[in-house]
Amino acid sequence: MSKVRVLVGTRKGAFVLTSDGARNDWSVSGPHFGGWEIYHLKGSPADPDRIYASQSSGWFGQVVQRSDDGGKSWQPVGNEFAYASVPGTHQWYDGTPHPWEFARVWHLEPSLDDPDVVYAGVEDAALFRTTDGGRSWQELAGLRTQETGPSWQPGAGGMCLHTILLDARRTGRMYAAISAAGAFRSDDGGESWRPINRGLRSRQIPDEEAEVGHCVHRIAGNPARPELLFMQKHWDVMRSDDGGESWREVSGDLPSDFGFPIDVHAHEPETVYVVPIKSDSEHYPPDGRLRVYRSRTGGGEWEPLTKGLPQDNCYVNVLRDAMAVDSLEGCGIYFGTTGGQVYASSDAGGTWSAIVRDLPAVLSVEVQTLP
Amino acid sequence: MIRVVLPPHLRVLARVEREVELELPAEATQRAVIDALEVRFPQLRGTIRDPATMRRRPFVRFFGCGEDLSHEDPDAPLPPAIVTGSEPYLVVGAMAGG
Repeated sequence: MSKVRVLVGTRKGAFVLTSDGARNDWSVSGPHFGGWEIYHLKGSPADPDRIYASQSSGWFGQVVQRSDDGGKSWQPVGNEFAYASVPGTHQWYDGTPHPWEFARVWHLEPSLDDPDVVYAGVEDAALFRTTDGGRSWQELAGLRTQETGPSWQPGAGGMCLHTILLDARRTGRMYAAISAAGAFRSDDGGESWRPINRGLRSRQIPDEEAEVGHCVHRIAGNPARPELLFMQKHWDVMRSDDGGESWREVSGDLPSDFGFPIDVHAHEPETVYVVPIKSDSEHYPPDGRLRVYRSRTGGGEWEPLTKGLPQDNCYVNVLRDAMAVDSLEGCGIYFGTTGGQVYASSDAGGTWSAIVRDLPAVLSVEVQTLP
Repeated sequence: MIRVVLPPHLRVLARVEREVELELPAEATQRAVIDALEVRFPQLRGTIRDPATMRRRPFVRFFGCGEDLSHEDPDAPLPPAIVTGSEPYLVVGAMAGG
């Protein structure tokens, strides 16, 4: 029978939650790396027992951990993320130049076919890669040195590269998203990049339709339809049918189109999930009701999913990397909150229950579907 | 022999008990202590000093003999009591909560 392993990064450590394919009974392991911020953990598609974790602290900087046994034991690996060249400046919040400085790893994206190859998205925004299982990291500088780089600016959480998508069908194609610069695409394995933000509009920048400057919160897609992408922007839910060449808004009848995560059903490329948040300063659900919204039409028309979720006095947030799907037949959806709950649905969002409800604030959720 | 006391999170990372003992020359400096610590425990590289600038992280402090050594010249000789091991060299996480 299949198994599911949920990897949860929190403000104060990592947790590994496991269940069989029924997803009713869960065992919880952790905290691993207690007291440290775990921005992200992710397993290798090529070797599910190989897991990488980004561990950081305001006191002691960045550590990267690696497990070769599915999260039972861990070894620190390389943690030096040196920009490939003198990094220069980007824009600060007030538009003045600010030096590029490494702060932390936000996202780790293992290669689809080699467990020793991993991409790391960091703050200040840059893309790194290891080819030796995390022992050393080299910058793929073509993104940071892209001509628009000096005009990028941070979002409220810092100038982070938080999303890395690898196209399983088109060799060399990958996507990255940066707050608050926008979305970027490479067609040569990360060596060169260009902005793909046509169709985005952001009132927070002088030119609302500028080439860069958009606060993209998350991009997701289904590997079976790699040209079809969905984006949760600072405000607006967007859709692209051409690999990011152009975007159109599909916020439709959502109660708010501000939010952080977005994800796509494992077997239905037009079924999309978001968690509306009231506004960019009120980071909690509208009306104190935690609702996941699902569109089965690729956006535009959305339905609230509430069964099993708190529907009064709920003022948590769901951060951008804190939603994931499994690939079992009845697609499982998982998300974690800043209140420490991890909710799961084993019926594509119809009903929800908390796997755990009292963890530290959840920063990230990833799911592994195991044989 | 110099006795180094690490903060709890770095003891976990280095997988050591409370104190670490390092053999250093008689004219040992703070820089030499951290260098030796990072050689013996490579997983501590980057956690006490920024790996790019090699400067002490802002939220890390160095104490010894009841004094704050954080802002002393890293190449100045350590107090004799630390060099002989009668007093420990303390690596401390700043009292910043969080």
